[in-house]
Amino acid sequence: MTTLLEVKNVSKQFGKDTKALSNVTFSVKEGEFVSVIGPSGAGKSTLLRCINRMVDTSSGEIIFDDNYVHQLNKKELKKVRTKIGMIFQHYNLVNRLSVIENTLHGRLGYKSTLAGALGLYSEDEKLQAARILQILGLEEQIYKRSDQLSGGQKQRVGIARALIQDPKLLLCDEPIASLDPNSSKIIMDHLRNICTSMGITVVVNLHQVDVALKYSDRIIGVNSGKVVFDGTAKSITSNDIHQIYGSDEGKLIFDLGGSHVS
Amino acid sequence: MSADVFAKKRRNSLLLFLIVGVATIVSIIITEYNVAKGFTSVPKAVQWALSNFYPTMDSLAKLPDILVKLKETLLISIAATTVAAVLAFIFAVLGSNTTKVNRFFGSISRGIAILFRNIDVSVWSMVLLFSFGQSSFTGYFALFFGSFGFLTRAFIETIDEVSGSSVEALQATGATYLTVISQSVIPSTIPQMISWVLFMIETNIRNATLVGLLTGSGIGFTFNLYYKSLNYDIASLVVITIIISILCIEFISNYVRRMIL
Repeated sequence: MTTLLEVKNVSKQFGKDTKALSNVTFSVKEGEFVSVIGPSGAGKSTLLRCINRMVDTSSGEIIFDDNYVHQLNKKELKKVRTKIGMIFQHYNLVNRLSVIENTLHGRLGYKSTLAGALGLYSEDEKLQAARILQILGLEEQIYKRSDQLSGGQKQRVGIARALIQDPKLLLCDEPIASLDPNSSKIIMDHLRNICTSMGITVVVNLHQVDVALKYSDRIIGVNSGKVVFDGTAKSITSNDIHQIYGSDEGKLIFDLGGSHVS
Repeated sequence: MSADVFAKKRRNSLLLFLIVGVATIVSIIITEYNVAKGFTSVPKAVQWALSNFYPTMDSLAKLPDILVKLKETLLISIAATTVAAVLAFIFAVLGSNTTKVNRFFGSISRGIAILFRNIDVSVWSMVLLFSFGQSSFTGYFALFFGSFGFLTRAFIETIDEVSGSSVEALQATGATYLTVISQSVIPSTIPQMISWVLFMIETNIRNATLVGLLTGSGIGFTFNLYYKSLNYDIASLVVITIIISILCIEFISNYVRRMIL
């Protein structure tokens, strides 16, 4: 399998002495499902945002699909961003717009400023949006306003918006951190399914170790801006997890016995 | 330990109360304001108003003239507010932390907004009186500048509060700047912005009376004219028409607000 994303020696500094990331290096293969775990404030969100340059790196290289992301100009960066879908903890929808309008926002990156500003979508794009929403089980909500949806439904709209971009990579920033266990499972099942059946690479930030172990091909453990673990979900030991979270033995709530789906 | 915290809080409140009290007493002494006389003259003022300041049948003959001026004032207030709102939106987009193009333009547009906001409409009307003389123009621009400053500030807050997260999401899809503004910022902020514009129209109709008084135009001038010539009955009719129109505008804007929010 070819390498889709390479992160080489990436560091990020906020202000003078807040070091969010230091010398982070890892690579992601095409079609992989990778979870990034680590304590709050470890730099997981920053790491994810460095990949599509929502946050500029201080040093290091990011290579996505043979593009040197850190060197791109504005126009090239926008083009690369169309190939990277992003999913957020708080869904980041435009609440007053309908589900299908929010979904179609994913196409805006492909449009000229005029067509985008006026919101001119082709018939094909609208049909595709409807198809994606149907796959995600939202066919009854298509014309509802987004603020009438439940959290789990909103997150599915977020996924739809990312999928309609026709992305090669999905970046998910704590996609289930504000959801109940049932909705969380639905969302994670969808993400896993997107990865397995559509062949889209998924990188997801997670707080739930057991969820990460259950769904991922690979785990990257981050602590204080450094990668402290990088390996398959099957090979991780409880010792590794304690090291990632910097905690004492036996003080964490997780279960290594969870089965691995793929 | 926790008892100390509460005691300290009580001490602080008491101290604040004392400071306000002392400040009041000191200012009363300095300005030689007689509190007792101030309060006892209220009934006298009411008595005067009741015996002089009410419309008579004769004054109703002037009603058509008054209504013409009132209409002019209302329309000027609405025009000044809506045009100011368009300009304020552009400045707010440039000045908001979420959507600013860069720090330089951000500070510039925020600076301009602060300047305009902190000069009162009464000051604007006196200053503009020199440029435009006694005309509706003066009143229009005085209201326009005041509304522009205030609305820019209000819009910046609205944009930062409401649209931050969806702006990030659309930027991540690779959408261009103007696309993000029109697809995310405008749809998510429009109800609050309309609400602010309605509020500004109400305020401006109130201000228009004062501005007209100062610049010699509109309903304010009409009031001043009759009041100065001791035609209290007609002056009171002017006040009543102003109050009725403000109540109507408030009713309409409350209704619109309920519909859009």
